[in-house]
Amino acid sequence: MREVAIAGVAMTRFGVSEKTCIEMFCEAACLALEESKLEPKNIEALFLGNCLGDFEEGQAHMAAHVHTAIGLPMGSPALRFENACATATVAIRQAALLVGSGVYDVVLAGGTERVAAMDTPLATRTFAMASHSGYSAPTGITFPGVFAMAAHMYADKYKIDIRELQECMAHVSVKNHFHAAMNPKAQFQKEISVQKVLDSFMVADPLHFLDCCPFSDGASAVVITTKQKALQMTDKPVFIIGTGQAAGGPVINNPDMTRIKPREVAAAQAYKQAGVTPFDIDLCELHDCFTIAEILAIEGLGFYEFGKGYDAAKNGETRLGSKKAVINPSGGLKAKGHPIGATGAAQVTEIVEQLRGLSGKRQVKGAKTGFVDTLGGEFGTVCNLILRSHP
Amino acid sequence: MIKQPLLFKDYQEGLAKGELLGVFCDKCHNFSFHTSVYCNHCGSTGLSAKPYDTTGVIRTFTVIRVAAEGRNAPFIVALVLGNSGIHMMGNLEGIDPDSASMGLIGKKVKISGKKTLPDRFSPKVEQCLVFSLED
Repeated sequence: MREVAIAGVAMTRFGVSEKTCIEMFCEAACLALEESKLEPKNIEALFLGNCLGDFEEGQAHMAAHVHTAIGLPMGSPALRFENACATATVAIRQAALLVGSGVYDVVLAGGTERVAAMDTPLATRTFAMASHSGYSAPTGITFPGVFAMAAHMYADKYKIDIRELQECMAHVSVKNHFHAAMNPKAQFQKEISVQKVLDSFMVADPLHFLDCCPFSDGASAVVITTKQKALQMTDKPVFIIGTGQAAGGPVINNPDMTRIKPREVAAAQAYKQAGVTPFDIDLCELHDCFTIAEILAIEGLGFYEFGKGYDAAKNGETRLGSKKAVINPSGGLKAKGHPIGATGAAQVTEIVEQLRGLSGKRQVKGAKTGFVDTLGGEFGTVCNLILRSHP
Repeated sequence: MIKQPLLFKDYQEGLAKGELLGVFCDKCHNFSFHTSVYCNHCGSTGLSAKPYDTTGVIRTFTVIRVAAEGRNAPFIVALVLGNSGIHMMGNLEGIDPDSASMGLIGKKVKISGKKTLPDRFSPKVEQCLVFSLED
């Protein structure tokens, strides 16, 4: 395999956009190409993540239309990826595999999503389509509901009073809002308090409204290329040194909801390929779609022992300035926003900018190795990337 | 040719008649997930449809308070470990959702089916599991 690098990254501001999915992706793609000193004619393939364009805008087959909007060569194929919330990370990993194996030299990958174009009942229904339509969805399960069940199981398994767990989960939200307040691309650039989280209305017991990520519009694009070409495009390439991906099917087939097995498998693949351990990771953008999800992820990725990560945010261990791995310095899905098909590329964008030392007030000092973790569906897909700065 | 032991149509028709069908391995005598063609435990293709025991234990639950379109909240969704060894998701009925607490975890339930609410995206999904607390 050839060494694979990221030359350019970009994202739109997340939130509510008047632009279409195609327009948002074009905005991000043009910035990423500019940063890489590339023109559309240099792109050999487009890997576009989009989950719900069919419902958001009545737009299926989006990749071909994005291809035209950016002006890519006809001979450069355009593919749409869909792996629920892990979509863009999967697209980027596939790009890395094909560049690494020599099929392409330069691929534009990322994602776009316009969730806020749907009202809450429709958005909730379409998100639930990632659950098994025959064996899970008929119950009316929602995505907050899936993680709410995980939270109850966590409290029961580790004998933690549910009110104590709710308080610890609230600290995750507070920490991620603290980070997002320093991120000009974040949907919510303001701090909140533990009490505000606990006073917000219940979405799915025991998760309050402010335990949940928002519905978001946004896009993000990444230029993936060889090490040799990246060094011609930028003096700060970031290298993809490890990747992993695993599949797990419906949650009823993976019923210990405190242990997301596909994450453990995917992370092990990525750590092995990169030749690093969790102790080598300086920062991590991980899948905090709900506050309990961050707790499950810091344990599943090996930063904490199982059952020991629930109070990490409360203890300040995952916050900017911590000596341990800083978790979600962008604000995470919770506060930066979660336009699902774009999320993984935005996580990559944050890690790349951090490893380049370009993150301003939220810069993780001395960051050299970063981890990307994105989870799709009711634990059905997990995709991980390990990135390293140019020495 | 490898057979598909349990089609969704047959699972739903069974549930409508009060029969909870699963996929059973004639070789290792374990149940696998409903859609399986190969045994989840031993990899055998010797699978056949067989009724589950209709009792189980609640592993976890939630009260849905913000529902998807076409649903009225609140209602309870629970994950149950059936006595046949398979987990399943269904609606816990017969108790007030506002009274649901951690004490539900570990409680024994009876498992049955009910007709689903109409859903424009899943017109062929007609049955949903229902759990009721055993006395």
